[in-house]
Amino acid sequence: MTDTTPTTGGLRTTQTTDELVRASLKRRNRKQVLIQALGLGAIIFAIGMLGILVASLVSSGRHAFTQTHIEIEVFVDPEEISVEGLPRGGFRDVLSAAMAVYFPKADTGDRAAMRELTTMLSDGAQFTLRDMIVADPSLIGQTVTLRVPMSDPYDQLNKGLVARDTPEELRRVNDAAIERFDRLDSLGAISRPLNWALVANADSRFPELAGLKGALVGSFWALLVCFVIAFPLGIGAAIYLEEFAPKNKISDFIEVNINNLAAVPSVVFGLLALAVFIGWFGMPRSAPIVGGMALALMTMPTIIIATRAALKAVPPSIREAALGVGASKHQVVFDHVLPLAMPGIMTGTIIGLAQALGETAPLLLIGMNAFITSAASTPFDSATALPTQIFIWADSPERGFVSRTSAAILVLLAFLITMNSIAIYLRSRFARKW
Amino acid sequence: MTLLAFLLLFAAAIVGYMFNRRAARLIRQGGARLHSLTGFHGMFALLVVLVPVFVLIIVWLLFQGPAINALVMSGLPDGVLDGMGTGELQLVLAEIQSLSAGRAFGTPEDWKIDAATNLLDYRATAAWLLVIVVVSSALALMLYARRKVSAEFRARQRVEAIISGLMVFCSVVAVFTTIGIVAALAFETFKFLSMVPLSEFLFGLNWEPQIPIREDQIAAEGAFGIVPVFLGTIVIATVAMFIALPVGLLTAIYLNEFAPRKVREVVKPVLEILSGVPTVVYGFFAILVVAPAIRSFGQSIGLDVAPNTALAAGGVMGLMLIPFISSFADDALTAVPRSLRDGALALGATRAETMLNVLFPAAIPGIVGGVLLAVSRAIGETMIVVMAAGLIAKLTINPLDSVTAVTVQIVTLLIGDTSFDNPKTLAAFALGMVLFIVTLLINILALRIVRKYREIYD
Repeated sequence: MTDTTPTTGGLRTTQTTDELVRASLKRRNRKQVLIQALGLGAIIFAIGMLGILVASLVSSGRHAFTQTHIEIEVFVDPEEISVEGLPRGGFRDVLSAAMAVYFPKADTGDRAAMRELTTMLSDGAQFTLRDMIVADPSLIGQTVTLRVPMSDPYDQLNKGLVARDTPEELRRVNDAAIERFDRLDSLGAISRPLNWALVANADSRFPELAGLKGALVGSFWALLVCFVIAFPLGIGAAIYLEEFAPKNKISDFIEVNINNLAAVPSVVFGLLALAVFIGWFGMPRSAPIVGGMALALMTMPTIIIATRAALKAVPPSIREAALGVGASKHQVVFDHVLPLAMPGIMTGTIIGLAQALGETAPLLLIGMNAFITSAASTPFDSATALPTQIFIWADSPERGFVSRTSAAILVLLAFLITMNSIAIYLRSRFARKW
Repeated sequence: MTLLAFLLLFAAAIVGYMFNRRAARLIRQGGARLHSLTGFHGMFALLVVLVPVFVLIIVWLLFQGPAINALVMSGLPDGVLDGMGTGELQLVLAEIQSLSAGRAFGTPEDWKIDAATNLLDYRATAAWLLVIVVVSSALALMLYARRKVSAEFRARQRVEAIISGLMVFCSVVAVFTTIGIVAALAFETFKFLSMVPLSEFLFGLNWEPQIPIREDQIAAEGAFGIVPVFLGTIVIATVAMFIALPVGLLTAIYLNEFAPRKVREVVKPVLEILSGVPTVVYGFFAILVVAPAIRSFGQSIGLDVAPNTALAAGGVMGLMLIPFISSFADDALTAVPRSLRDGALALGATRAETMLNVLFPAAIPGIVGGVLLAVSRAIGETMIVVMAAGLIAKLTINPLDSVTAVTVQIVTLLIGDTSFDNPKTLAAFALGMVLFIVTLLINILALRIVRKYREIYD
């Protein structure tokens, strides 16, 4: 060692430290720029993917917010539909006769050709006509104007989702169908109004009729149940753990339990609900009450954690002042600390409920993905929820459901954004600097 | 009827509150000095009425359905149920129930129609009985509370004791939930293991639950081996971490050390959106955009990519986990004491060197904890894989292939009508048990690492 030291020392002294640093500085700075560029790249990647996600949903979902309708004159033939026979009658035949009027060249004897004509209308058209006539039987024998949705292939054609220049055999709509559509279009029978059916109808096998009403109502019931259970239980547990619990092993055990529950996969809560609520207690399958209970168990840890943070944020001076004028421990907490912590608690609760609204897996396991064509009137009826409806539609083979799935997702995201905005508003509106 | 019972209960509780408060006021006006404020006397009545009767109604409702079912089934004429298995008995019950709701399929036998009318009778009786029991017990409790009112009665202490009890109950619900999860999973898993041996389940290389197998063939075919399923989960989680780890860490490093405050304030909440998007949306994104993109890219360079490749599911899952990892890493980097950073900078290190050689190594334990939590979330994540991954279990680690995952199998085995006595359904619970245990172990490990790390610097 002693031998080599002078040599290296001698070499070093020819260069001053300053020069050494200067020589390496360029490389070191380049490294810094590289790190920064990578970091920036990572952020741009993440935000870019978010942008692609939103853009792809909007671009495919916007089509579902309008629906191609057709306006036809229908002669309600008394031979097909009689007052005595209602609500039964040959509504389908009446409609195909009405369609035939627009295509004088079509052979009314050719059943296949006639069926082709009727399939231009949505399958729900005959029911719309039926309801209209059941409501007012005096229409029989008269000519009524009917505006009904067109069936999915023609809807896609009208929205430009079917490219007309692709070869016929690769196209979903053949040349004859396009010709028929263009004829009706030139007669001015076709319009494309806002698609209220998307929120006013329940689910349907036919994309042009399917709507989210059942899912919205089901989600509402499930969230209501979730709130009614998780809010009081969560706040009670949080107040106890934060303000009253003695520091001992049992309290520790409860805390560890709550923290672990917050990280249990959501599908496990579905298994719990399926085995315990449905299997052991015999509660109804597919019902929002069971879904709400499962969601409540998942949401509770979120509410507990948020409430404890809010309680902790209330300064000790408030407690001490109340204690000082003779309030009991309970009075301090319930009359002074809790009201001051309420905005924080509400914020946490809304965020928890927003999470619950988007949760799918537990609802799938308890059967809230059933095909249900009416909205639930109580939490005990079978229903779907928004996320499970999205799952059902995403699984459907019909092309029309692709844009409807995106539209349903946009509706769900709109709800989530609203809820989170309310939470952020509450937080900023009532935030206090002590 | 149930609603009526609840309304009557709430009315009784409020009336009890008013009565007791009035009585306490009268005592005070009589010149006596009350131990507790009049409001506490009222509160006492309210709680004494509300809590026990509320519990009574809930318990009643929980056991009403099963009890009525048992009554109906036991009231059936002799002989009709002879030789039926549990599944057939359930079918009969379901048919009787749908008859009672007015939905008949075909022409049911007479005894079923009788049973349906019986069922409706029992339900009506039970509903009336509930109301009567609620009203009488509420009145009795009101009377009890009213008789307690006196100048010396320590109403405040009693009220506070009841409320404390309620709060303890609330905190214990979390424990009950855990117990419920473990009990439910263990119970069904135990039943499953009586049909399929444990070694077969844990080490079997074949997973073919969809094929109906006679019971004596299961062990021979080894159709319930978890290995390929779990391998699929690991492949997908690995792909997810390949995306989430570098992007998340680089994001955290940039935001923590280099980003101007304004950028940070904008970027952080935008990234949080990624974790707020429901997983079903990611699943749809994977099948709508990502999987076709990967497939067409693969074809353009001559690779054969499965339509539901693990790459798509894992990639989208990674996207979801980016904010998770970046916020954990950000917190860990912020928690490194200022002195370390200042020391490094004072020695002439560039900011990049400070970050890479000083701050990052110091924050590693916290980051590892966050990464472990992200892994546990990736393993337990359901909707993305249910929608974007495959159904058939393959023993492969090729991310371009189609693999399945534990959660996918749980959901597909349980979707549709399920009865609790065939190995197919029970296998889902066994998978759930494995999933629960694995995620729990990872979580405990992660929380322990995070906590230990905190102790070093605090």
